[in-house]
Amino acid sequence: MDTSQGMSPVVDNNLTLPPIADAAAAPRIDCRNIKVFYGETQAIHDVSMSFPDRAVTALIGPSGCGKSTFLRCLNRMNDTIENCRVEGQILMDGENINDADVDPVLLRSRVGMVFQKPNPFPKSIYDNIAYGPRIHGLANGREDLDAIVEKSLRRAGLWDEVKDRLMAPGTGLSGGQQQRLCIARAIAVQPEVILMDEPCSALDPIATARIEELIDELRNRYCIVIVTHSMQQAARVSQRTAFFHLGNLVELGDTSQIFTNPREKRTEDYITGRFG
Amino acid sequence: MTDKARSPITSAAAAKHLKRRRAADGRFRYYGLTAILTALGALAVLAVSIGSQALSAATYNVVRYDITLDPAVVAPEGKSRPADISRNVEGFYSLIRDNLLDTFPEAQEDRVLRRELSDFVTRLAVLPTARLVAKNPELIGSQITVTAPLNDDLDLYLKGGGVRERKIRTGLIASVQAGAEGTYALQGAGAFDKLIAGLTVAGEGRATDAVQMDVLLTSGASTGRLTSITPGAATMELLTGKAEDFTNDRPTARIILSPESERTISDRQIAWTLALKDMGRIKREPRWTLLTNSDSTYPELAGGLSAIVGSLLTMLVTALVAMPIGVLAAVYLEEFAPRNRVTEFIEVNINNLAAVPSIVFGLLGAALYINFLGMPRSAPLVGGLVLALMTFPVVIIASRAALKAVPPSVRSGALAVGASQMQTVFHHVVPLAAPGILTGAILGMARALGETAPLLLIGMVAFVGDVPKSPMDESTVMPVLIFSWSNNAERSWEPLTAAMIVILLAFLLLMNGLVVFLRRKYERRW
Amino acid sequence: MSDHIVSAYSEELERLSADIMKMGGIVETMIVDASRALGANDLELAKEVVLRDPLVDAIEADAERQIVSLIARRQPMGHDLRMILSAMKISSELERIGDLAKNIAKRAQRLDENVNPEMRNAIIRMSQPVSRQLNDVLNAYATANADKAKAVWSSDDDIDHHYNSVFREMLTYLVEDPRRISAGAHMLFMAKNLERIGDHCTNIAEFVYYQAVGDYLSELERPKQNQV
Repeated sequence: MDTSQGMSPVVDNNLTLPPIADAAAAPRIDCRNIKVFYGETQAIHDVSMSFPDRAVTALIGPSGCGKSTFLRCLNRMNDTIENCRVEGQILMDGENINDADVDPVLLRSRVGMVFQKPNPFPKSIYDNIAYGPRIHGLANGREDLDAIVEKSLRRAGLWDEVKDRLMAPGTGLSGGQQQRLCIARAIAVQPEVILMDEPCSALDPIATARIEELIDELRNRYCIVIVTHSMQQAARVSQRTAFFHLGNLVELGDTSQIFTNPREKRTEDYITGRFG
Repeated sequence: MTDKARSPITSAAAAKHLKRRRAADGRFRYYGLTAILTALGALAVLAVSIGSQALSAATYNVVRYDITLDPAVVAPEGKSRPADISRNVEGFYSLIRDNLLDTFPEAQEDRVLRRELSDFVTRLAVLPTARLVAKNPELIGSQITVTAPLNDDLDLYLKGGGVRERKIRTGLIASVQAGAEGTYALQGAGAFDKLIAGLTVAGEGRATDAVQMDVLLTSGASTGRLTSITPGAATMELLTGKAEDFTNDRPTARIILSPESERTISDRQIAWTLALKDMGRIKREPRWTLLTNSDSTYPELAGGLSAIVGSLLTMLVTALVAMPIGVLAAVYLEEFAPRNRVTEFIEVNINNLAAVPSIVFGLLGAALYINFLGMPRSAPLVGGLVLALMTFPVVIIASRAALKAVPPSVRSGALAVGASQMQTVFHHVVPLAAPGILTGAILGMARALGETAPLLLIGMVAFVGDVPKSPMDESTVMPVLIFSWSNNAERSWEPLTAAMIVILLAFLLLMNGLVVFLRRKYERRW
Repeated sequence: MSDHIVSAYSEELERLSADIMKMGGIVETMIVDASRALGANDLELAKEVVLRDPLVDAIEADAERQIVSLIARRQPMGHDLRMILSAMKISSELERIGDLAKNIAKRAQRLDENVNPEMRNAIIRMSQPVSRQLNDVLNAYATANADKAKAVWSSDDDIDHHYNSVFREMLTYLVEDPRRISAGAHMLFMAKNLERIGDHCTNIAEFVYYQAVGDYLSELERPKQNQV
């Protein structure tokens, strides 16, 4: 995160400046009383929280705390899991995305997702990006598609590295490049929200830094929700942090507050490494 | 942790324990090696025994005939159209028989000898010549050279099988004198010492005088049978050729260890064969007819073409039926079907189906396709459908394994950009699983290709002389042909059967090779 | 508060806090002994107090190294982060207090025979609440007691009152006898030093409060009545 030249408050607000994103002012997603069940087991207990637009919200918590499950509610990826039942309202533009008449396919074009392990399709770099726009019919003709591919790769900061080998397989890239390719793939369908499920846990620190820099840039356009195991990462990239424990939302607040002065003892214990 | 504790590993007891562990390792490695070597040994024995047999069937002896295509015989009045010529087996056959009679005039007057000479070539062996002439009528009237395969028993004799014999070179024959009834007295000092010694050795274990052993004496194109032998003289019955040939020669004596009555070939046929060979009219050639001829009751004419084509047609039907059904069923079960009792029941039964003995499928096929649906017997269509029934559980199981092996991250990746479930499956999952699916399908097909039992039950065992032209024609398949040939009594079928097995194995190896190729090329793409 | 999963981390934090406490203890005795040396005109003791200052400086430098290492290796969060930051601040405050105490001891050695016992007593009287202040704030630090810290912080005014009265008293002595000017000047500086020690205690109280609660005391309204 090199912020030495641009001292704009937009980049440098993590610690002392007041948060630019006020959740109450412009929530992109508003979750109310979310409960998730796997069969008889309840994985999420009555969580209500909202995600501001143009800001990064980090979900942290120990393994199995339900943060990933909660994240997957936001684009209804839990639909693909058998026995999984989601209750409660998730409002996007005033519409409950859990309604039966909301098509999850359409929803997922508005809410993109990036996964823990980089999972580019075993196709060319170009086809990886073009796949989404193609199936959604976003491009009129080849030139349009080329433009979308270039724009997405540029936004993902990958264009300069791959522009000469767009037809090379996406799986031939390095881990960090693959993950940025996946981000570009998510951007290509013009989503409003990007969900990231531990996007850096399989990457080395340099690749991680690149992704974090990218997240910082993408924040100016999208509502980003990131699940991470690394508290340092949450502290570095997010403006708001939510701490989950045993399926409950324990604490939600500005990142600087959560990491310097958490209100809840469980949060304190977790972030200072006292759990267990 | 400042005090340095002595590591327990260095103690004597631990060293002993370590030695035992190492020994166990070594023993296990030795067992494994033994098992592998045993398997390799068995494979080698199989390969050598089948291979050597097949090798003897890979070539055969053909006899050259220079015949003049007499129009009166080849294309008599009223039967001169090409179709008639190509069917004029009798005419062409008589030309060849006459040629043989000209070569061996001693057979002309004797009916028994004439029949023995006619055995040299089967009637149907002239068909290629007849077809050639029918296609090129301008040949009629000219002299042409044709070849026809030698009778299978004589072929076997020339290859050193069928009849056990010992060859001994005699001493110099000084004089030949004609005796009564075509016998000749041969004289030469000590000319037959070695032969008598040989006879004694050959008859070992039995009283020499009780052994009925023929001794043939050959010099050039002439051969005679010895009727009495003393060290300096012998009496010979001339079978073919001229007695003068033996004068001042050291002829080759052949001690034939089985009496004439126990053989399929007579002494005179051996004599004629040796004569033809001496004249250079017998040549050993690669047996392409094994691949270009159809089945025949005569081993020297028999080939596997109709069975190979039948097998290919059957496999085509099997592939067209089993692969789409199997793959689609696997995709549905793996990707779409809800997990419940019904699905589980179906899965268990598919696994059971794969374990059902193949002959049961034959019974089912006979009952369902032939008796109930009234499809033709012995047809590749029915064979293919039966084998498809047998193959498709295998295809389903292999395809499901391949689909399961596709990492879930690919599915989530596709779903996350908004692909529907079907798009996810057919754009991403199935292409990734394709090498595995194809591998399973091809291995299933390879199994079907070698299958015999179910096809016997739907009548594909019938003798088929023609190459099938469509899946509805009567046909047989390679393994059934092997089965039929191995049931034949004549000895010369043995190498033929082996050769056919080699061809079948070649097809199977080809398919397995395809599997390896596909796996190498497309696997590990993610 | 329960221990960290990584026990070495807890041990390092405990060592740091023990070092701060040790520093505080030394500085406290420096103030007490300096005033005692002043009262008894014990030049040996005064010299000895001056010699304690390098030890304080050494502990401060060591604490700073520990803090840098903790931040680099442990990436402290939450209370740990506040504790480490406070330790950094408090150690430098204590170092300053040590300097001021040393200064008092130095000046105690330079006093001439014109000093009257009343003047000495004025300083000793003032040193008592100051050292009590330091003692209280160190207790608050040791027990992480925000209320005690806040009490220390609020009572800084008392020190200021003391200083004002000592200042006036000194002026009276100087006016009475101009020969006392040299010693009086030293005495005035001693009083000023004590007043500044009080201010440093207030700062320490702020950091103790921040460490314990996470909020800044300075943002609250302090009951201030008058200033010089």
